[in-house]
Amino acid sequence: MFRIARKEVLNPAVKLLEIEAPYVARKAEPGQFIMLRINEEGERIPLTIADFDRDKGTVTIIFQEVGKTTSMLGMLEEGDHLLDFAGPLGKASHLEGVRRAAVIGGGLGTAIAYPQAKKLHQLGAQVDVITGFRNESLILLEKELRQVASRLFITTDDGSNGNKGFVTDILKKLLEEGNRYDLVIAIGPLIMMKMVSQMTKPYGIKTIVSMNPVMVDGTGMCGGCRVTVGGNVKFACVDGPDFDGHEVDFDEAMRRQAMYRKQEKKSMEAHICRLGGAQNG
Amino acid sequence: MADMSLEKVKMPEQDPEVRIENFEEVALGYTEEMAIKESHRCLDCRNRPCVAGCPVNVQIPEFIKLISEGDFEGAYKKIKETNSLPAICGRVCPQESQCEKLCVRGRKGEPVAIGRLERFAADWYMENCDMNIQAADKNGKKVAVIGSGPAGLTCAGDLARKGYEVTIFEAFHVPGGVLMYGIPEFRLPKALVQKEIETVRRLGVNIMTNMVIGKVLSLEDLRDEGYEAVFIGSGAGLPNFMGIPGENLNGVYSANEFLTRINLMKAYKYPECDTPVCIDRNVAVVGGGNVAMDAARCAKRLGAENVYIVYRRSEAEMPARSEEIHHAREEGIIFRLLTNPVRIIGTEDGWVKAMECVEMELGEPDASGRRRPVARPGSEHLLEVGTVIIAIGQSPNPLIKSTTPGLETHEWGGIITEEDTGATSLEGVYAGGDAVTGAATVILAMGAGKKAAAAIDEYLSGKK
Ligand SMILES: Cc1cc2nc3c(=O)[nH]c(=O)nc-3n(C[C@H](O)[C@H](O)[C@H](O)COP(=O)(O)OP(=O)(O)OC[C@H]3O[C@@H](n4cnc5c(N)ncnc54)[C@H](O)[C@@H]3O)c2cc1C
Ligand SMILES: Cc1cc2nc3c(=O)[nH]c(=O)nc-3n(C[C@H](O)[C@H](O)[C@H](O)COP(=O)(O)OP(=O)(O)OC[C@H]3O[C@@H](n4cnc5c(N)ncnc54)[C@H](O)[C@@H]3O)c2cc1C
Ligand code: SF4
Ligand code: SF4
Ligand code: FES
Repeated sequence: MFRIARKEVLNPAVKLLEIEAPYVARKAEPGQFIMLRINEEGERIPLTIADFDRDKGTVTIIFQEVGKTTSMLGMLEEGDHLLDFAGPLGKASHLEGVRRAAVIGGGLGTAIAYPQAKKLHQLGAQVDVITGFRNESLILLEKELRQVASRLFITTDDGSNGNKGFVTDILKKLLEEGNRYDLVIAIGPLIMMKMVSQMTKPYGIKTIVSMNPVMVDGTGMCGGCRVTVGGNVKFACVDGPDFDGHEVDFDEAMRRQAMYRKQEKKSMEAHICRLGGAQNG
Repeated sequence: MADMSLEKVKMPEQDPEVRIENFEEVALGYTEEMAIKESHRCLDCRNRPCVAGCPVNVQIPEFIKLISEGDFEGAYKKIKETNSLPAICGRVCPQESQCEKLCVRGRKGEPVAIGRLERFAADWYMENCDMNIQAADKNGKKVAVIGSGPAGLTCAGDLARKGYEVTIFEAFHVPGGVLMYGIPEFRLPKALVQKEIETVRRLGVNIMTNMVIGKVLSLEDLRDEGYEAVFIGSGAGLPNFMGIPGENLNGVYSANEFLTRINLMKAYKYPECDTPVCIDRNVAVVGGGNVAMDAARCAKRLGAENVYIVYRRSEAEMPARSEEIHHAREEGIIFRLLTNPVRIIGTEDGWVKAMECVEMELGEPDASGRRRPVARPGSEHLLEVGTVIIAIGQSPNPLIKSTTPGLETHEWGGIITEEDTGATSLEGVYAGGDAVTGAATVILAMGAGKKAAAAIDEYLSGKK
């Protein structure tokens, strides 16, 4: 059992939990994730390691309530326990030797990008952080990001924070002004990662994106998380989740994601889905 | 006087019509009367050919004799001398190619039902006797076992009996390996697997779940934590795909994903359990092994109307247990033999809508001794299915290899070991089971765990 040491509500839909998991904390690196299960009936879900404290033996996760498991997770309080918490999984990001970087987070992706920005900063890199949200009330981790960013840009889709636009608008401007980076990290919705990758390609800037397909085990055992990268099939949980944005087949990834939603709706007519429960007896 | 009837005493089974609606065990096991009757078919042969067919040397005529005398507890203990998981082996061993293959009664009629009798003794014991197991006195030496499948459990149990302090590190949230996440409930009840695991725990073995070795701890870290020897029983969990067009379409599962969702995450109990699994009315399962049969029979139970087994050779070459092929047929699974998929075709929005196949003919035998299938030109045809499950085999997971410098493996991923001991290229590190052989059988994995336990004992006894 893994105790919740601290809980924080970051915005109406996004919460932070600091979990006591000493083994995971000892090895965790930015870019890695954990798989958790709340209880015996629960689903295993992957969440990024947003932060860790090796001395305290804790790992921080930040999540958006989008469905049953994340909503249940959001209802837990300090002192409650999680049944299972396995990690650190996936490959750590390679951030050594980077002198100038741009870290771009879209919405919740900001939370996933934060540990990478932090590590780059610790390694002495100059880090421009660009984050975007739908509106001002959803802005995440501003204080934390300010501490690690050389420059921090926050955009909102509706302009409610006084800076209307998308993260790609800022990136475009920075690139056109002559800013050059050794590395761009983009984490957020697939479409955002695709646009960023397209934008950096002509400049030849290495661009890392973080893929988050549906995962079951997170250890390379099921193949459910496969993505096509550079024409080869990769398992995001062990070969990633970070991949070269110039090589990822975003269209396939988007089709797989979009199909999933459509499937959920039409499953009742065309497919037999276990949504209706057991038809035994 | 031996019972000379040519057939085994039938084992009661759930009716196929009924069982395709549930996940309860198909084969119901012998009653005491049936077991005694079947035991009388054994001739108690002096040269005991059957024993040579059992990878762990179960003393077959002896335990069957005890059953015939009504000493079921004695029979169980006799089996247990060499086989630590009899309730499991009695259910899933491919007996027809092992012990029962060599039984003299099989020359004319059916062999003695050794597996069913083994299962009977184990079930009887579990039901009627208290598992009175005492942990041995500790000798102060720590051994780490990676993976809690049959290989790891057997190795850990044997070492614990000798007094070693054994910790099993398991990546998943429950121990058992394929016994839990692969083989379905209706063939191997999970409560029974957990009961067998409980006996290993009572021997003093500590099982730590959620520990993905190679990630959370390396082999070197285990050394630093005081483990003097390591056994790797991490199995063959990496699913193979065919590499044909359309494999990334939505609706294509690896058998591992499909079965894990159903067994380990209990998707068949959805929505009581949260993990969903979606299938179409028409399902194709590619492959001819136990994994393929299990996936097909699960799909049927989840409500699919037409479930096809698509296999490129003929039935004679199918690696699945013959009993399971028979069960699958009874349940209405449709066999498309000598048929090979060439591509999967999707709808506009990217869902599987059909699989294109070709017919095959058997040509000359290949390296494996099986006749090699070759495509018959012009035989392309479409199989209209909305779900495709790929069950063409698994390879060892590269996670440990890639995080353990100096651990030698074959190109296909299997860990290289010394045949008799399981010793790897690293001192004090042993391996066995599917991680070494590639996907094989429960009993072979157990045999390997046993050998390695003996070798580890020898290694650590010699070490001061
Ligand atoms: C490597 C990785 C890291 C992630 N990190 C974070 C994070 O730090 N914070 C965060 O809020 N979310 C993260 N996610 C997404 C998170 O796992 C899903 O939001 C969560 O699983 C949803 O579960 P649910 O039961 O609440 O919702 P559901 O209703 O089950 O699903 C809602 C949507 O979430 C996605 N999803 C569902 N199950 C899974 C699954 N097993 N694996 C992946 N996606 C799934 C699907 O797209 C689905 O449409 C990450 C995903 C991956 C693969
Ligand atoms: C669907 C299916 C049906 C089968 N049917 C039969 C049958 O009827 N009869 C038969 O004899 N055989 C059958 N088999 C094969 C048999 O189950 C295997 O050969 C056997 O389980 C191998 O045992 P093992 O201990 O080597 O590995 P596994 O049972 O695979 O166990 C390996 C364990 O190691 C864990 N692990 C892996 N990597 C790590 C890591 N890095 N750190 C920690 N833990 C790790 C895994 O999670 C797993 O629990 C079947 C297999 C499948 C998939
Ligand atoms: S362990 Fe398997 S092979 Fe050995 S006697 Fe039992 S059923 Fe036969
Ligand atoms: S070979 Fe058959 S008949 Fe002979 S001892 Fe073995 S089980 Fe009995
Ligand atoms: S989640 Fe199963 S292989 Fe990646």
